[in-house]
Amino acid sequence: MSERRDITINVPVLARVEGEGTLDLHIVGDRIEQLRLRIFEPPRLFEKFLEGRGYRDVPDMVARICGICPVAYQMSAVHAIEQAFDMDPGPWVRDMRRLFYCGEWLQSHALHIHLLAAPDFLGFVTAVAMAEKFPEEVRRGLHLQELGNAIIRLLGARSVHPVGARVGGFFHAPRPEDAAALLARLRAALPDAEALVRWVASLPVPDDVQDFTCVSLRQPNEYPMNEGRLVSSHGLDLAIRSYREHFREFHAPHSTALHSSLDDQPYLVGPLARLNLNLDRLPEPVLGNLQATGVRFPSTNMFHSALARAVEIHCALWEAIRLLEGYRPAEPYIEATPRAGVGYGCTEAPRGILWHRFEMDEQGRVVNTDIVPPTAQNQARIEQDLHRSLSAFGLDHAPESLRLRAEMVIRNYDPCISCATHFLHLNLERQ
Amino acid sequence: MKPRVAVHKFSSCDGCQLAFLNMGEELITLTRLIELVHFAEAGLVNEDAPVDIAFVEGSVSTPHEVERILRVREHSRFVVSLGACATAGGIQALRNMADTGRWLAGVYARPEVIEVLPHSTPVHEHIRVDLELWGCPVNSQQVIEAVRSLLAGAAPVDHRDKLCLECKRRNQVCVLVARGGPCMGPVTRTGCGALCPSLGRDCFGCYGPAENTNTGALGRRFAGFGFVPEEIAQRFLLINNAAEPFHGEGRRWQGDGQ
Repeated sequence: MSERRDITINVPVLARVEGEGTLDLHIVGDRIEQLRLRIFEPPRLFEKFLEGRGYRDVPDMVARICGICPVAYQMSAVHAIEQAFDMDPGPWVRDMRRLFYCGEWLQSHALHIHLLAAPDFLGFVTAVAMAEKFPEEVRRGLHLQELGNAIIRLLGARSVHPVGARVGGFFHAPRPEDAAALLARLRAALPDAEALVRWVASLPVPDDVQDFTCVSLRQPNEYPMNEGRLVSSHGLDLAIRSYREHFREFHAPHSTALHSSLDDQPYLVGPLARLNLNLDRLPEPVLGNLQATGVRFPSTNMFHSALARAVEIHCALWEAIRLLEGYRPAEPYIEATPRAGVGYGCTEAPRGILWHRFEMDEQGRVVNTDIVPPTAQNQARIEQDLHRSLSAFGLDHAPESLRLRAEMVIRNYDPCISCATHFLHLNLERQ
Repeated sequence: MKPRVAVHKFSSCDGCQLAFLNMGEELITLTRLIELVHFAEAGLVNEDAPVDIAFVEGSVSTPHEVERILRVREHSRFVVSLGACATAGGIQALRNMADTGRWLAGVYARPEVIEVLPHSTPVHEHIRVDLELWGCPVNSQQVIEAVRSLLAGAAPVDHRDKLCLECKRRNQVCVLVARGGPCMGPVTRTGCGALCPSLGRDCFGCYGPAENTNTGALGRRFAGFGFVPEEIAQRFLLINNAAEPFHGEGRRWQGDGQ
């Protein structure tokens, strides 16, 4: 007979995630009786106060949903509204939006790897502590993060809540000399990105293979960012407007983040899902550098998410260089022509697909909107992973070890809780 | 002993904390000058530790946050509000003008389980605040300047000038006069670097109200450009919608500007 103990732990605030939450864990003997990830970011009700707003305000408003990935919100929104207005801003704007997005991937992924995730794998509490032992690695990471911010500033004047994007394109075209100066800095950092991929591949991660469904966008001939069809590792292939036919959101009472399911099953979005589904869309040098590490993708080890992020840093840097090499200023936007209609936007935020639906009236005001952020989509998957990973880790571990392992599992998803939603108290009950 | 600093998060987008995390190598320099004791996003959790300076990001919008903000005051020598949410209630204060209960029911299937106050409010409505840093988001320079001033024992400068002055110093073309854009520069605080006019677009007031503003005259100017009252109201009721005089001016235009 198993030993029966009653233990309750209350750990205030999960560190190194963007937001706050609680994990309720109830263990009976050698079995998890209940596991609930409770996200209690105070609801800010963006979808409601967007109603009645003119289309010009929308990019500045949706950016405020998330300070870590404002570009993603702006991009999903402008694509949705342009579809509703039946506008096509053309190839220059398309290229610049891709460049803008590269900046956000670089800064967000570099922030996550160095300041949030790597301390887990190397056994430090904070990145500042890690910086004493790994000064070069941390400096390299902060440099890549800054380059991402510099790309966003080129088009958006500042990196948090940038002000350059508008429905129809951008407010300005960067000056060629500014683009050239940035290009030189990005080229100089390519060896850093390659070395980063090798370093992350060498970090000790748990060998934890599991079965899960990946979902991402997919494009005919490029790694997905702003557009594409929705695909899954189980054969789904869907236009973004049909999202609601297969994906469902439900409100679990223990959380302010709405949960999502795909055909009633949890699924994964984000870097690992993207890379697993788009390996053949990586630029050749990026793929080659990854293959040289010996780590094989597609991977079903969730802890390869960090490596996937590093690969996407390399990819984003490579893409940004390509886009800037051909840079010429052009008319930065087309004038919006409001009309009543519905439009959809789905882009690959650093943490995964960010789906928007906007219904507009003939004056160009928002009638209603529907926003599905990536962390909400991952929440059911995180709970599923915790169930599995904690059982595999061993439920007889001391409460402190269980909490650390749970935090590591959760952090691995880079949950951007403010998007949906706050983070981790662990309430552990044992019988 | 190094001064102790905490960074607390309330209802927010996390963007103002990036004023620290985006510093790059200066973040390492900063940690040589101060000791960060609580900063959850950076891995430090010690919410109730006594500190010299507490930065607060986010507005107060839940019963739990009301209780937390009192504890922040109790444990901190200086409290600095970080950004538009903490200083003015944030964009989410837009719900203060609506029926929060009905909005909740429009988003959540089970609104009764969501614990939220009817209003999103700035920190100073709950506790004494020693310094307010405006902006959505605040930038690293503002944070470094505040820390440096407090470390030197000097009262930090409150930058209340209008954005227009900064724009003129930079020789930028006036968006309001030259382009007829609904620029909020004449009533908005300086501090961002006049970014929107540098791109040729009108300021949308994300740094909040400047000193001695004449919002009424600006609203009438917008009307002269052909903007309808609802559009003028929305100009004032955006990022800093709960801050006066933006709030009152916006409400007036919602009632047709009379």
